[in-house]
Amino acid sequence: MLRYTLLRILGAIPTLLLVIALAFLMVHAAPGGPFDDERVLPADVEANIAAAYHLDDPLPKQFARYLGGLLKGDLGPSYRYRDYTVAELIGSAFPLSLKLGAMAMALALIVGVTAGTEAALHQGSRIDRVVMGFSMTGISIPVFVIAPVLVLLFAVKLQWLPAGWSGASGMGRYVLPVITLALPQVAYIARLTRASMIDVLGRDFIRTARAQGLGTRTVVRVHALKPAMLPVLSYLGPAIAAILTGSVVVEEIFGIPGLGQFFVRGALNRDYTLVLGIVVFYATLIISLNLLVDILYGAIDPRVRYR
Amino acid sequence: MSMNRSIKVSVTLLMAVAMLAAAGPWLSPHDYITTNFDRLLASPSLFDMHLFGTDDLGRDLFVRTMLGVRVTLVVAIVASLVSLIIGVAYGAIAGFVGGRVDAAMMRFVDTLYALPFIFFVILLMVAFERNFFLIFVAIGAINWLDMARIVRGQTLSLREREFVEAARLTGVSTLRIIFRHIAPNLIGIVVVYVTLTIPQAILVESFLSFLGLGVQEPQTSLGALVNVGVTQMEGAPWILLIPAALLALILLCFNFLGDGLRDHFDARHAE
Repeated sequence: MLRYTLLRILGAIPTLLLVIALAFLMVHAAPGGPFDDERVLPADVEANIAAAYHLDDPLPKQFARYLGGLLKGDLGPSYRYRDYTVAELIGSAFPLSLKLGAMAMALALIVGVTAGTEAALHQGSRIDRVVMGFSMTGISIPVFVIAPVLVLLFAVKLQWLPAGWSGASGMGRYVLPVITLALPQVAYIARLTRASMIDVLGRDFIRTARAQGLGTRTVVRVHALKPAMLPVLSYLGPAIAAILTGSVVVEEIFGIPGLGQFFVRGALNRDYTLVLGIVVFYATLIISLNLLVDILYGAIDPRVRYR
Repeated sequence: MSMNRSIKVSVTLLMAVAMLAAAGPWLSPHDYITTNFDRLLASPSLFDMHLFGTDDLGRDLFVRTMLGVRVTLVVAIVASLVSLIIGVAYGAIAGFVGGRVDAAMMRFVDTLYALPFIFFVILLMVAFERNFFLIFVAIGAINWLDMARIVRGQTLSLREREFVEAARLTGVSTLRIIFRHIAPNLIGIVVVYVTLTIPQAILVESFLSFLGLGVQEPQTSLGALVNVGVTQMEGAPWILLIPAALLALILLCFNFLGDGLRDHFDARHAE
């Protein structure tokens, strides 16, 4: 297990470096500089700005400087939010995004696994068809369509819940953003759970358990759930990436001052360091979480350790 | 049986939407760009042929929506072709060569799976001006992974078949075997997965356009139209609901079609 864990950690490092290098190169290959404006600056002013941000160094040197900064948690200054560093901006905005994302993930797992298991137990029944139909819809319809339709329905027409973030308070303002973020993942997880649960329920050890006279609920809870959860576990990595992507839209629509909103604003303002910093931050987060899932998988299913 | 029906329904609906998008703007008396300040945010009516109403600048939404459908479909299909070419070439080579090359190539695919691609696409859109061509390439470049995996798996099993062995023994070159003998046998499964790639490409394109990073004004796409709809949804909800419903319909149809085809294909495959 230790060997497997170490190998996985070692394998993640080149991925991370590749991602950082790719993101860095993309930003620096951009035509024009970050301070290009409609107003043309005198040549010596431009040179001074370039020198202040080390833009006049050769590219490898700039990259080395950036990597060195990363190790110290320094992502450089923001080009648009003067007087703030990128790290400060991320630090101030991420906790809220994390809270929303974690709530959505928990909701998606609970509802998705329950619905998928019910569908598998009643294969072909009306429950099954409803779950699968809902699941197809949830997979197909994008977050930026679900969000405004939910707002229109529950906030504008029925007025049960607040539509935006500012001006509202308490837990009510979390409800719609969290549901929106969770819905597509509920759909995927329900599908995955159903398929793998049907597969597991057909195995010999389940027949044995049934033959011992255990009830369906006990068989599922004690024997079937753990092996059936393996595909769901390996889906967690992509699910986290999808929730991060979704949070960009959800924060924009609900006006939530999280990291996703900073990302979109940064992208529209061409705030290179901020966008680069957030991409590096997201990538690091996703790679670490994937690593964690991999290690967890190895702990649960010993077979993968010896592949 | 019911799968066959869902394939038929999906194809019919998609054809109808595509034909409407192709002919609609041509039949309407309005164009997509003329603003009419006497008719801002008009609701849908037959009276002056603003079938879907007008937007906040008084432009006809029927024509703009049909234009958006066109853009969405074209981007998705071209991007899927890009991913098809990359995916099939990559998967066929990995599967046919096999051994250590295969292991390394597939390890690379696994690595890419873990990356937040959409963020790279956004980075790309920030770094370079938002041009159409880049959208195709970027979306195609992120959707080839599934295709590569599937094609590789098929190639691995095809490689062991007698007709490939016979070709090899008669001295046909590796590249020729891949393109003349392996590739034609991949067509079925490739068609299925292209159908499943198209909705993913639509999602990415409309996501970018929704954020204002994709198709730029005065051009439009369904994602961009939904974005305008969100800003007007309290007073004029149809501006949001019509493009949102069309986008949902197109995505659902492609997903049902892909699923139906896959089931059909797998069933035959199992025999």
